[in-house]
Amino acid sequence: MATLLLSPTFIVLVLVIVYPLLSAVYQSLFSAESGLDADGFVVEGESFVGLGNYADIFAGAESGRFYNALWNTTFFTFVTVALETVIGVAFAVAMNRAFKGRAFLRAAILIPWAIPTAVSGLLWRWIFQSNGIANDLLNTQVLWTAEGFAAQVAVIIAEVWKTAPFIGLLVLAGMQLIPEEVYEAAKLDGANAWKQFVSITLPLVRPALLVAVLFRLLDALRMFDLPFVLIGPRKSSVETLSILAWDESNQLQYGTASAFAIILLVYVALIAFVFIRVLGADVVGDADKQAEKAARKQAARAAKEAGR
Amino acid sequence: MTALTERDLIATSGARTGADARSPRKRTRGVGGAITRWVGIAIVAVYCLAPFYWMLVSSFRTTNDIFDTSLLPTTWSLESYAQVFDSSNDFGRSLLNSLIVAGTTTILALVLGIFAAYAIARLKFRFKSGILAVIIATSMFPGIAVVVPLLRLFTDIGWINTYQAMIVPSLSFAIPLAVWNLTTFMKQLPHDLEQAAMIDGCTKWQAFTKILLPLAAPGVFTTAILTFIHSWNEFIIALSMANDPAIQTATVAISKFTGASDFQAPFGAQMAAGVVVTIPLMIVVLIFQRRIVDGLTSGATK
Repeated sequence: MATLLLSPTFIVLVLVIVYPLLSAVYQSLFSAESGLDADGFVVEGESFVGLGNYADIFAGAESGRFYNALWNTTFFTFVTVALETVIGVAFAVAMNRAFKGRAFLRAAILIPWAIPTAVSGLLWRWIFQSNGIANDLLNTQVLWTAEGFAAQVAVIIAEVWKTAPFIGLLVLAGMQLIPEEVYEAAKLDGANAWKQFVSITLPLVRPALLVAVLFRLLDALRMFDLPFVLIGPRKSSVETLSILAWDESNQLQYGTASAFAIILLVYVALIAFVFIRVLGADVVGDADKQAEKAARKQAARAAKEAGR
Repeated sequence: MTALTERDLIATSGARTGADARSPRKRTRGVGGAITRWVGIAIVAVYCLAPFYWMLVSSFRTTNDIFDTSLLPTTWSLESYAQVFDSSNDFGRSLLNSLIVAGTTTILALVLGIFAAYAIARLKFRFKSGILAVIIATSMFPGIAVVVPLLRLFTDIGWINTYQAMIVPSLSFAIPLAVWNLTTFMKQLPHDLEQAAMIDGCTKWQAFTKILLPLAAPGVFTTAILTFIHSWNEFIIALSMANDPAIQTATVAISKFTGASDFQAPFGAQMAAGVVVTIPLMIVVLIFQRRIVDGLTSGATK
């Protein structure tokens, strides 16, 4: 029965995920370059190169572009997620204290989330024009949308703007599960607002925060739309692994493109694995009962600590 | 300063299961508290709305005033909107394409997702949490890892510039999203009604269609909204699979907007098109904000 119900989903997932994955691994072993065969004839088409594409990527003449994209991807991911987390938690605190404006805030906070990334790229491109509003407000003459560090800053600002509210929402949901009594008990014991935040709020929203941060990390690692629209393809200062792979496949270099895609996939999986192992993010959330128990214990401990 | 008393701890654990755990808090604060609270609200609101406001205002300026920095347009104009929908851009067509692609993706993902979620939420079988983990893991897949090989395949079988070339890869993120949301939702529904129905002689299928589905309708609806928004906003698949302006979706069309003249990027038209693409989402978000927030957060705070 379960098999019958699950099989359509699995058949489709095999078609749209497993097959492309295997196909990408296979294609990454071929190269599309034309060359001369043993008899001196020009051969157009694909030749089996084994791990040659990977060797070229990591150590070949063009490897600089790969390392640059790898660095950009990593840099964007960690900087944006760190900023988003701080801003998101601050937003959650602000929203949690707002009673009258909460419905309005909830609608407002969903707007950056709902705007398509491509549109938000255009929007920030407009804001960051050389004679646009950003330079006007800051009284500067920065060329944000050209190459360079300013372009990276522009991408980071636009990305953080769009996604920090999402973290805020998830953290807020976690905060609303914390019983008021814990705070009251801590207050009776003389814990100030900051101490309450550090000893009660943060530990108790940790599960929700971890899941939110994990989602954002994995999403940021595949960043494509925003730098593509905001700055453009083939701009080395904002080229991410996704853009690099896309550009290669656009040049019909399917072998290298597939290799880039596989490398990105491994990188994403690695970060997810480390994150789940080290920080213990409970993504599946199957252990409902255990979580409940643990949360209770944690609440008691947190309240104790706050009072100390 | 002593640690908490036994009584406090009992109160704490009691409140966790209490029904009022979600009710809004009443904290007594002075005037200072009220001020910081309103400052907080103002900061959040300005942060979220200012960039969107700027897009909206810019879209109503005339082409000559486009670089003005006044808070309201000096001359209100629909010039940019006219430019968006004129024959050279044919943005209406792109919107229709987006609607077809996102709508079909959503419906397919929902139909498959409802059955899969029912199995995971209600039936007992081996490797259940493993299966759910696999489905979630697939949603973390970088889009490009699906796009590159499928681009090749679709080129070979002549699917480039067709709707199915955009719908099929979109399922790779839409199905995991739908299954996960629906599973979380169905798990929250009480078993009792279905069991009662089956005791009264309903088959499992009848209990599913007559009891569970109507109860799950709000969850299905929320999932539909979330899946639709994700598909509507999708970019990399649509960008790769279609290069014919007649078939490309709105997000791609917008990124390729060019003006009548090559001298200047048509910022007014880009902003107007951005508003047009975003407004349907905005309306959905404003009407169903509570449900969307529930749907987005249910996974994280079980």
